[in-house]
Amino acid sequence: MKEYFKNIYLALYTIAVGMKITFRHLFIPAVTIQYPEEKVVLPERVRNRLYVNMDDCIGCDQCARACPVDCITIETVKALPTEDLGKTSQGKKKALWVTQFDIDFAKCCYCQLCVFPCPTECIKMTDIYEFADIRRSNLIYNFSTLTNEESEEKKANLARFEAEKAAAKATPPPKAE
Amino acid sequence: MLDTIIYVLNIAIPLAFLVPFALFAVYFERKVSAFMQDRLGPNRVGPRGYFQTIADILKLLQKEDITPAEVDKPLYNVAPILVFMGSYAAFAAIPFTSIYIGSNIDLGILYIVAVSSFVVAAILMAGWASNNKYTLLGAMRSAAQMISYEIPTVIVIISMIIIAGTMNLFTLSELQTSSIYNWMIFGGPDMGWKKFALLPLSVIGFMIMYISTLAEVNRTPFDIPEAESELVSGYHTEYSGIKFAMFFLAEYANMFAVSIVVVSIFFGGYQSPFGYLGNTLGLSWFVPAEQFFWFTVKGIFFVFVQMWLRWTLPRLRVDQLMTMCWKYLIPISLVNLVVIALIMVL
Ligand code: SF4
Ligand code: SF4
Repeated sequence: MKEYFKNIYLALYTIAVGMKITFRHLFIPAVTIQYPEEKVVLPERVRNRLYVNMDDCIGCDQCARACPVDCITIETVKALPTEDLGKTSQGKKKALWVTQFDIDFAKCCYCQLCVFPCPTECIKMTDIYEFADIRRSNLIYNFSTLTNEESEEKKANLARFEAEKAAAKATPPPKAE
Repeated sequence: MLDTIIYVLNIAIPLAFLVPFALFAVYFERKVSAFMQDRLGPNRVGPRGYFQTIADILKLLQKEDITPAEVDKPLYNVAPILVFMGSYAAFAAIPFTSIYIGSNIDLGILYIVAVSSFVVAAILMAGWASNNKYTLLGAMRSAAQMISYEIPTVIVIISMIIIAGTMNLFTLSELQTSSIYNWMIFGGPDMGWKKFALLPLSVIGFMIMYISTLAEVNRTPFDIPEAESELVSGYHTEYSGIKFAMFFLAEYANMFAVSIVVVSIFFGGYQSPFGYLGNTLGLSWFVPAEQFFWFTVKGIFFVFVQMWLRWTLPRLRVDQLMTMCWKYLIPISLVNLVVIALIMVL
């Protein structure tokens, strides 16, 4: 019998406590962040979409080799000795035309493993995360600064140069008699 | 001819009140629940999301009316209408103001209790006809719950009838006029020692009745018939489009109906807690408008308390639900009834 009344008392008391709490929350401002208009402040060193600064890239392929999912495709063409590609901002000499530098963000797992080996620190994470797309092909980002024609031209140049060199080798210099 | 027009009008007036109320209540519920959970709630459609429920109902009306292949078609189609009819019929005996009551019958409260138990049959019909285990379980739980909780409700109503001496809700509201002290929750309009003896008993009666009406309309913490986490959404799982909207409308109509019955019995119905501005200014036509205002405000307040409880209390288990009814509410209300009867006889 004592238990019975204690139960009633407890029920009423706990309901009152609970209702007090919910009533207080009625006036606590919402914690909602209205996403497209407001955005959360991202933490430092977040890993999102990559960016490659092609001015500094020497085309060493280290990033592509580090990538665990092979989503970086790099194609380079040797520069002719006559061409000067300039230097990176750290003073390294560039010796390769980067004719193709594609990152497939549909595959990328944002592990940042490609960022560490880069000798010129030109591949890095940005804070852009809104790049969803309805086509996978749109998620392949081309970073190469060369147009297709220019790439073809560089390849042709190299091929011609190689051919000339091979031709020069094949025809031995005339013997001094 | 004129009679027919009057009948149709009489039927239409509560509907003209209920549909906007349901639209408002859905919006209100979503806002209240959002604020209680520190969220914002709907705020995209119109200023502060005011038109959210209108957009929702338009969407529901456009939806394809799906009748699953294996259902019992006639029962399945008629159930939503019957559910709504059951809860809507209760409004016939509820006085909205001193000048409007659908039907001023002497057995008002008894009639309301009777027609609202009609909903049980309609819900069972929906659950059975849907040919789905979740709907059937939901409907059976709903029937068990509604029938059990009808008992304490009726016992409390009887004890209040003993105090008031009338079953007519209109007369009951008129008894509690002019001052807040005349409300039944404060022991009724008679002065003297009886009033003070009745006061605590009325409060207990009110609490019991509020709890059991909460169970009758299947609201949390008594929402096991439509427990989302167990039964998808209970007896109306298979319904979609306009029929689903009917269930929804019935649910909100029911919430308001039980709130207003509690208000009519304990809190003076449409009566103002203080005097009327219309009487002070000598504008007698203004009084019904004020009464309608108080009617709505009191009804919405108790609907708000239902929502408040919903976001406070977790759902009861089936055995807890039955324990609560048969071991606590019914004995207490019976003792309450006997004590009230003794006091009134003395
Ligand atoms: S972040 Fe990881 S997965 Fe993405 S490109 Fe770099 S190494 Fe590859
Ligand atoms: S590691 Fe850096 S420099 Fe080398 S190819 Fe990748 S981005 Fe270019």
